[in-house]
Amino acid sequence: MSETPQDLKYSESHEWVRVESDGSLTVGITGHAQELLGDLVFVETPEPGSAAGAGEACATVESVKAASDVYAPVSGEIVAVNENLADAPELVNESPYGDGWLFRIEPSDTTELDALMDADAYAAKVASES
Amino acid sequence: MTLKTTPLHAAHQQAGARLVDFAGWEMPLHYGSQIDEHRAVRSGAGVFDVSHMQVVDVSGRQAQAFLRRLLANDVAKLRTPGRALYSCMLNADGGVVDDLIVYFRGDAGYRMVVNAATAERDVAHMRAVAQGLDSSVETRPELALLAVQGPEAVAKVAPLLPAELSTAGELRPFHAVGGEKWMAARTGYTGEDGFEIMLPAERARGFWDELLRAGTRPIGLGARDTLRLEAGMNLYGTDMDESTTPLVSNLGWTVAWEPADRDFIGRAALERQRAEGVPAQLVGLVLEGRGVLRGGTRIETPAGDGTVTSGSFSPTLGMSIALARIPAASDELELTAHLRGRTMPVRRVKPPFVRHGKSLLD
Repeated sequence: MSETPQDLKYSESHEWVRVESDGSLTVGITGHAQELLGDLVFVETPEPGSAAGAGEACATVESVKAASDVYAPVSGEIVAVNENLADAPELVNESPYGDGWLFRIEPSDTTELDALMDADAYAAKVASES
Repeated sequence: MTLKTTPLHAAHQQAGARLVDFAGWEMPLHYGSQIDEHRAVRSGAGVFDVSHMQVVDVSGRQAQAFLRRLLANDVAKLRTPGRALYSCMLNADGGVVDDLIVYFRGDAGYRMVVNAATAERDVAHMRAVAQGLDSSVETRPELALLAVQGPEAVAKVAPLLPAELSTAGELRPFHAVGGEKWMAARTGYTGEDGFEIMLPAERARGFWDELLRAGTRPIGLGARDTLRLEAGMNLYGTDMDESTTPLVSNLGWTVAWEPADRDFIGRAALERQRAEGVPAQLVGLVLEGRGVLRGGTRIETPAGDGTVTSGSFSPTLGMSIALARIPAASDELELTAHLRGRTMPVRRVKPPFVRHGKSLLD
């Protein structure tokens, strides 16, 4: 069982969100999600500058087992993507909350953050599903 | 339903395995990273617990006659004890009931190793075919089965084997030594050198621990699947089953047509299919773009659509590879895969994709 960092917000679809000091949001997939997927072999990140709506598929992570969409947890503009993942998708497995981050989004409506779970709620959800 | 476990279940847990239900058995999918395990087998040595597979011994005066009726390949080719053969076991329609390896054990008869998922059905089928013949079909659940594979496998295993298997290191491929309690065969499912070893269940844990101490890595079913796929080997239940014949499964080479009067089960149906024209072929595919071919992926050819039967990511090649069943009339080298709402070009190749750790692609 992987740890669930307390300082992040979590979505139903297993993304995590970190609020950065400049107000942008860093997004990745949770430790639980990467465990379920197994070794990642491809990561497709969105185009910087593109718009994403809350709940819209905007990245794909593909593992030895399956391909899975990653959803934008809130609406906004993609302002950065993790370029390292193109050559090193295993970063997501090794460090899902650190070097394995996927993209950064500039939120257009910060109240959408309130719909996300805190760490305890997410951990409870994962426990109830396993 | 309670899952069945092998004698190495505790060893898997201690090694940090992620355990999954595989055909009713709780088996290790991986011990952390499937890709690392795959690479360990290609570069060093890995051990797989395949004790869920079923060992079946055949003996009796008519054992050979029984197997010549049961199997599409011909055990009469096995002239000296210790020789082994890969074969399909067919139904009357020529469909594959299972694929297996059969070992000739001289006066002791023959030994087969069949797939876990089909074992019960296989044994029932065998016993039905053996009716009226002086031949018995006995399962050997008290044996554990380990596969040790990789370029360093022979060097790591040979010193650990009991004295009666001391010649194991000199065995040629598809040869075996030993029998009743311990048996070592130069066979495998990875495209690497190595052994498949049968041993008494109560000895499995000690042998496993010795292998790990010697630097052999435990390998899960996940890597087993990508290794066999790179080696171009079919998986029963996905690449072929009771509805497909060996002729549409790239296994025509395993059907022994001669002597023409050997009446194996399924022969008439295969001859009919050959006369009418074999409708499909199982081919290898490579996807050079980003994406992974999966079982069920639609493959478009000018002669009609085909389907990926098993596909995955090849850690050795760094791209996706697959086996696919496509119309026999398609001979194009460039085909189109329909993948997650997109079309992507795929290249047709002749399996295997990888042999002894090296790419066989142009």
